[in-house]
This record gives sequence, C-alpha cells and structure tokens, in this order.
Amino acid sequence: MDEFLRILTQSLAELIAPTTAAYALAAIGLNLHFGYTGLLNMGQAGFMLLGAYGFGISTIAGAPFFVALLVAMAAGLLFALLLGIPTLQLRGDYLAIVTISAAEIIRWIGRSTWLQEWTGGASGLQGRDYKGTFQDLSPLPDGRTTIGPLEYINTGSDSWWTRIFAWGVVALALLFVWLITRSPWGRVLKGIREDEDAVRALGKNVYSYKLQSLVLGGVLGSLGGVLYVLPITIAPDAMSRTMTFFVWTVLLLGGAATVFGPVLGAMVFFGAYMFMRTGMRALSENTGVGEIVSTTNVEQIGGMLVGITLMLLVIFRPQGILGNKKELAFNVR
Amino acid sequence: MSADMSEETTAGQADQPDQPEQAAHAAGQPESVVDAAAAAAVAPTSAVAAEARDDLAQVEPVVGAPKPDAILVADDVVRRFGGMTAVDVDHLEVQRGAITALIGPNGAGKTTFFNLLTGFDTPQSGRWSFEGNSLAGKSGARVAQAGMVRTFQLTKALSRLTVLQNMLLASPKNPGERFWLSWLPFTWRAHEKAATEKAMEILARFKLDTKAADFAGSLSGGQRKLLEMARALMTDPTMIMLDEPMAGVNPALVQSLLGHVQALRDEGMTVLFVEHDMHAVRHISDWVVVMAEGRIVAEGPPTTVMQDQAVVDAYLGAHHDTDLGDDALLDPEILARLEAEEEKR
Repeated sequence: MDEFLRILTQSLAELIAPTTAAYALAAIGLNLHFGYTGLLNMGQAGFMLLGAYGFGISTIAGAPFFVALLVAMAAGLLFALLLGIPTLQLRGDYLAIVTISAAEIIRWIGRSTWLQEWTGGASGLQGRDYKGTFQDLSPLPDGRTTIGPLEYINTGSDSWWTRIFAWGVVALALLFVWLITRSPWGRVLKGIREDEDAVRALGKNVYSYKLQSLVLGGVLGSLGGVLYVLPITIAPDAMSRTMTFFVWTVLLLGGAATVFGPVLGAMVFFGAYMFMRTGMRALSENTGVGEIVSTTNVEQIGGMLVGITLMLLVIFRPQGILGNKKELAFNVR
Repeated sequence: MSADMSEETTAGQADQPDQPEQAAHAAGQPESVVDAAAAAAVAPTSAVAAEARDDLAQVEPVVGAPKPDAILVADDVVRRFGGMTAVDVDHLEVQRGAITALIGPNGAGKTTFFNLLTGFDTPQSGRWSFEGNSLAGKSGARVAQAGMVRTFQLTKALSRLTVLQNMLLASPKNPGERFWLSWLPFTWRAHEKAATEKAMEILARFKLDTKAADFAGSLSGGQRKLLEMARALMTDPTMIMLDEPMAGVNPALVQSLLGHVQALRDEGMTVLFVEHDMHAVRHISDWVVVMAEGRIVAEGPPTTVMQDQAVVDAYLGAHHDTDLGDDALLDPEILARLEAEEEKR
C-alpha cells in the first residue's frame, strides 16, 4: 500500500513538474502551427534546443535573466524565418521534411567539438553555470515548503520557484493564444488550415500568415526549451526526435486546435507516463513479473507504449480529449 | 452532366405545348419558345449591363476583337507544361459589365488560362491588365485585392469553419486580421459587426442564412457552390471569375445558380466564367469565347458563335463527318486535301 501511494504521489508530482510545463508550452506553440494553421512542424525539439542554448550561452556570457530570455526568443524567431522563408511556399509536407532535419542539424552542431567552447559539446552545459540569474529572481524565502504530499525547496533547481515561473509562463502563453486565435487573424489561420488556395483567392497573403504562425509557435517552442532546462542541464541528446514526438503526442492527446488541449495533454501524458514506469518498476521488483520484464527494460517498454498510444490516438480519437467530434465528421484531408 | 440534364429539363417542360414546331427545329436552330423565354429572362436590368450589351452588339465577332470598354486585356499569354503548350492566347479583351463565357472541350486550356489570369499559375510569357493595371506576375492574393475574385472548379468550402466564418473571412481590410491588433478586440469589433450584417444579407440572398452557424463541411455540393459565390461577393469584387460554377450541381440548383450569375452582372459586376458545356452558357452569357487546344478559336455573341465552323470542329473534331470506312480515303488526292485542311486549321 505504501508502495502504491508512493507511485501515486510521483505521478501527481509529474502533473505540475516544470518539464510538464515545458512540454505544455512547446505543445501550445505546435498547436499554433498544426492545430490552427495546419503546418507540419516535425522539429519542435530543434526550436526548444535553440531556445535553451540561446538562454544558457547568453547567461554564461553575462546577460541578465530577461535579456537571456529575449535571446532565446530571438533564436526561435530566426530559426523559424530560416526554415519558413524557403519552404512555406511549397506544399505542406516539405516543411515537415525540412524541420525534422533542421532540428537534427541543430543538435549535431550543438554536440560537435566545433562550437564546444560555447555549447559544451556532447556533454552540454551544466545547470549551475546558467541558473544563477533565474534563482536570484525568486521572491520566495529560503527553506522548504510542503503542500499536500508534495515537498520541494523554495528556490533551487527542482523547486517551487521553478514550478511557479514555468506554469506562470504557460498561463501567459495560454492567454495570448486564446486572444489571438479568437480574432479575425486566428480565423485566417484556420482558413489556411482548411484550404490555403481558397484563402489566397480571397485576397489574403497566405505566405505571410503562415510565416507569422511559424514564428510565433517557434518562439513559444524556444521558451518551452528554456523552461525545460531550468531545473536540469542543457544536454543536446536529451532534446532530439523523441522530444518532438512527445510534444506531438501531448498535442494530439489534449486536442489540436483547442486552447487548453496542450496543457491537459501534457498533464495527462506525463502523469500516466510516470505512473506506468514507476508502476512497472515496482511490479518487476516486487512480484514474479520481474522474471519476464526486468527493471532495466522498463524505459524501453515505456517508450514503446507511448508510440502505441500515439497510434491508437490518431486512429480512434483524432480530435483528442478536448477536440470537437463534430468538426471531424467531415472528410478532412 | 448535370448542366446537360437541366437543359433537357427546361426544354422538356417548355416545349411540350408546341412539340411539332420543336421537331421542325430539331437541327438545333435556336429561335424556339424556350430561347425566347430564356432571352427575356436575360435582358439586363441595370444601366451598366444594358450599355455593355449594346456595346457588344457593335463588336465584330472575330478572334481578338477589341471591345469598347475592356476591363481585362490579355496579350501573348503562353503556358507550357514540358513540351505541351497548354495555353497560347494572342489577344483577348473582356467587356466591362457583361457576362463572358469561356468555353471549350475538355483539355482546351480554359482552367489553365483562368489560373494564369488570377495569379494561381505563372505563364512562360504574357502580359495582362485589369482596369489598366498590369497583373502579370502578381500573386493570387494581389489579384483578388485588385478586385478580380475567383471561385474554383472543385469547390473550396472551408469545412471546419462555419458558413458565417467562411463569409467573414472574405471581408476585406479587416483590422483584426493584422497580428498586432488581433489581441485587442476593440480595434476590430466594429468592422466585424458591419461585416456580419453584410454577410447575413448576402447569405439570405443565396438562401444560406439558416445555415450560418453550421460547419461549411456539412453543406451539400450545390450549397457549397453557392457559399463560394457568396463568399466571393463579400470581397466587393469588380470582376468575378467563376470556374465551372455548374459542375456537379443538381439541375434544380443550376437554374438558381444561373439566376445568381445574372444578378451579379445586373449589379454592375463583370463576370467571366468557364464552362465546357456549350448549351449551359447560351442563355445567360452576353459574349462567348471559345478555346481549343490552348488557343482562342472563336468569339462572338452566343447565338452566332455556336455555328462557327471552328467551334464545331473544336467540339466534334474537324473530320467528324468523314466516313473512315469510305474507300475514297484511299485516294491520295483526297487524303492530301484533308491534310491541307488540317494544316490550315
């Protein structure tokens, strides 16, 4: 029973973990791309990694916190322009191909010895080198705080301050996305998602709208990357394709083209993912299951189950948890 | 196909009283009761349209004929796909305030020409201007902003937007469509309200007002055609380009669609529409341009253009009445004559 409570507590903690917030924010950005505009961005992890590098490197170079945050956003913006300007005039699938490879290029450049002086190569940047400015901003007193079953230090890597800041940013992003997608501007994006030629025939500059969407979603992605590395380290290999697919799973689980979908998706996904892994580990340690599934296999099986979940989701509930079933009643290409 | 059916339905209903007379005109000469009725229905009601019609009556029906008040002028427009020349138009003028039909058999290059004019495709060479301003090299969006708005052969209703949202999307110069104003509702609410009123008026005209809150994806094929036309009207166009508006629409709706097309002209808009069925265009167009194999082979008023030899050739093939089983074809002299005819064509 104690064991079960521990698993539940760990899963509950995952609901409000800073990494969950980071994924939620990246999924909010991807939602602008895919959910509202229909852009297939398969490289959200690239935006996140660039944001993390932008933040980490500029902080180490001596920039104050908010300047470093701006650098992270600028990195996302430039990356979006670089990818979008040549590809957004082509058919949708080209963006997918270009983004997935561009994200890999960023990661390989990051882990190469060429820029090791700034990026730290394959081992990345240590958290203690860039977290100082962020933790200095904390208004919380020293010590630890316990709320219900959750206990963390007030200020530090895995702290209440990190959580408050991360979810605060997510809340602001939600407000921002809600405001812009209910406007006529958001309506043009949805029109482009349905049929960009029709929107073009009505006198709208489709290319410009797609670029705006790609930039906004990319900037949100790079901020997500900053949130992701605040409690840990900047390690390029931790932010690769798997991360992109997790962001997609989060978005599709919560429901694309809904405002709260990405947040709900992130919470459900990481809560369930943690429950599944800790549960499996406990089972294999304490019961006969261990003879078939050893604890070392738990991570791999977990990843496999995520893939299966994504497939089942797309086949049986493509609108996600919050999506409108009616909207999908039509033959959507 | 449906356009054909409608034609038959109309003809069938109207000519029952004078069946014998109709039989006498079986060869397809127009002057029947049906056409008289149709002609009465087309008579333009607005001053602009009436003037356009009078103007067109003066125009000599030859290919590339200059029009008294041309809104759209195209010169030397060539579009090749690899070795195939899809469009090769030397000169075309479209009269302001009239309904011009662009007809031709399948594969004549009508839609390609249409795409070129509206900025949805790029020609190898060519110039064309709309209201005196060159549109060559302009994007589809810029063409639409200039006042030339098109619809599509395969209807493009925005399925997961409601009918009203489809309409509002078309409203031009909406301040809320600029990103930096989008999050401040007070900057665009007034425009949105005016646009909604206008949209509901237009929807009522197309009998879609009861569907305003439904997703466009739930409309029938014919209703989508209507919605697309209504949406084009939201942009306040000076010229409206319809790509096969009658394709895939049931006969009952064709009648009302044609009525709407005429109403556009009577409001002073210029209409250019593509159609491959000759008969469907006869009643409503003021001028007919015929394309075949990428070139314009004839133009003129609908009543006379159909008798043009080039048009008959285009639709039926130049030697449709030559009996291929005829032994005369074995005669080298006759073959040479046929070949010479083919050359000349």
